[in-house]
Amino acid sequence: MTQKACIVGAYEHPTRDARDIPLARLHAEVAAGALADAGLTIADVDGYFCAGDVAGWDAPGVGPFSIVEYMGLNLRHLDTTESWGSAYINHVAHAAQAIAEGKCRVALITQAGRPRAERSSPAQMHRNQGQSAHEAPFELPYGPVVTNMYGMVAQRHMYEHGTTPEQLAWIKVAASHHAQHNPNAMLPKVVTVEDVVTSPVVASPLHRLDCCVISDGGGALVVVHPDIARELGKPAITPRGAGFTVKHMNGGHFDILASGGVKSGAEAFAEAGVTPADIRYASIYDSFTITVLVQLENLGFCAPGEGGRFVAEGGLISGVGRLPVNTDGGGLCSNHPGNRGGMTKLVEAVRQLRGEAHPAVQVPDCSLALVHGTGGQLGARHGSATLILERA
Amino acid sequence: MSDANLPLSPQRTAETDAYWDAANEGRLLLKRCPGTDKAFHPPRDFSPFTGRPDTEWIEAEGTGTLYSYSVSMVGGEPHCIAYVQLTEGSIILSALVDYAPSEPRIGQALKVVFRPSRDGQMLPFFTPVS
Repeated sequence: MTQKACIVGAYEHPTRDARDIPLARLHAEVAAGALADAGLTIADVDGYFCAGDVAGWDAPGVGPFSIVEYMGLNLRHLDTTESWGSAYINHVAHAAQAIAEGKCRVALITQAGRPRAERSSPAQMHRNQGQSAHEAPFELPYGPVVTNMYGMVAQRHMYEHGTTPEQLAWIKVAASHHAQHNPNAMLPKVVTVEDVVTSPVVASPLHRLDCCVISDGGGALVVVHPDIARELGKPAITPRGAGFTVKHMNGGHFDILASGGVKSGAEAFAEAGVTPADIRYASIYDSFTITVLVQLENLGFCAPGEGGRFVAEGGLISGVGRLPVNTDGGGLCSNHPGNRGGMTKLVEAVRQLRGEAHPAVQVPDCSLALVHGTGGQLGARHGSATLILERA
Repeated sequence: MSDANLPLSPQRTAETDAYWDAANEGRLLLKRCPGTDKAFHPPRDFSPFTGRPDTEWIEAEGTGTLYSYSVSMVGGEPHCIAYVQLTEGSIILSALVDYAPSEPRIGQALKVVFRPSRDGQMLPFFTPVS
């Protein structure tokens, strides 16, 4: 998909506490931010991409049309593909396709959420409200929540590969080293391996500091036709390869350590014609430390079982390790708006490719980046999206 | 123990009545796909392997091994959610009961035991084979 489309606008809301900002306004604010970054206005938008976090989605009525109306969009194209946190990564690929097919010229993607303001606790929340899903009556009675479902992934990884809590802790340590340079990070303090492994266990073997933050906020991207990017004089950040899949339980015949990243990653690398060794920076979804570890293996940055050694001793710290990951502090320390990861991952990759990351974490001459995320639950069913971005 | 401390009761469907009836009799059912001879769970009429609505009920041995688990505190008590790999091959989500403090251990042998949910519907749980 090289040169079919360019990302010209990216914006992450600075707030982590949106109690005074209604959800629709939050979407409008991130849209305005990304459009201003691009040098465009809301009137230029003719394609809108949104997932289930948009205002009105779960309410009775007209779903995504509500947010379209709030922002006053005049659309030729709408894509409401919902794959939880992986949706926005998927949306960039969809936007590039839609632009290439002439369905729109200026695509806006927004994401926002306010779990702090709404005092919802994802740790205690199961992903299926109600029992209409076919699997729900066979799962909900046993108390699956976000934390224990990820805990089972970590437990199995430790069993199969001898991974240690200290190795997992390095992922949080790396995030905290990056977050100290991010003025908007929710947890800007540098932590140690000991801090992580002595924090309370929330769902064995995961500790409190193995978990991401719960934050309000959001972000947005603007993807345009290459002709418009040239007129705007913006750095051409282009999708070079993309992959998507849905991992499911396959009737109980599954490998909990093989996420959808195995397929979506391979597809993205094949389309881009590059290998993991070519990637200069990676944004990898980090709902928990184990999420990063499994994805690194599944994407091919290291062999299965080698993740613990790959991340240890600062392996993911910019300027220190072999692969700089989540240089904004990630979900683990900076931001996890709406309990979804994909958008913040995209925004930091754009910063890196433009050379606009914080100087302390900027990867020198960052020309090729990977963005990867899952939506749903790693230890169960989830969407998985991988995107390889290049600065042409 | 008040009813609220018991597990949530499952909602039945016409597709799964046989499973819940058998659970109330202390039997664990699985679905078998005749096209692939594989047992699967959760039960449904359509095979996830062939896409054909030709699946049949089989009675599971009620034995298996611990595939993974996670312990968290729920209402002041430890709760151990578990993936159990049944002898028939399929991994099912459940929880462990009556396990020792030195347990659980991935790979250990387990057997099914049935416990009531809030409305009295019996549910399969698993316990270590001593």
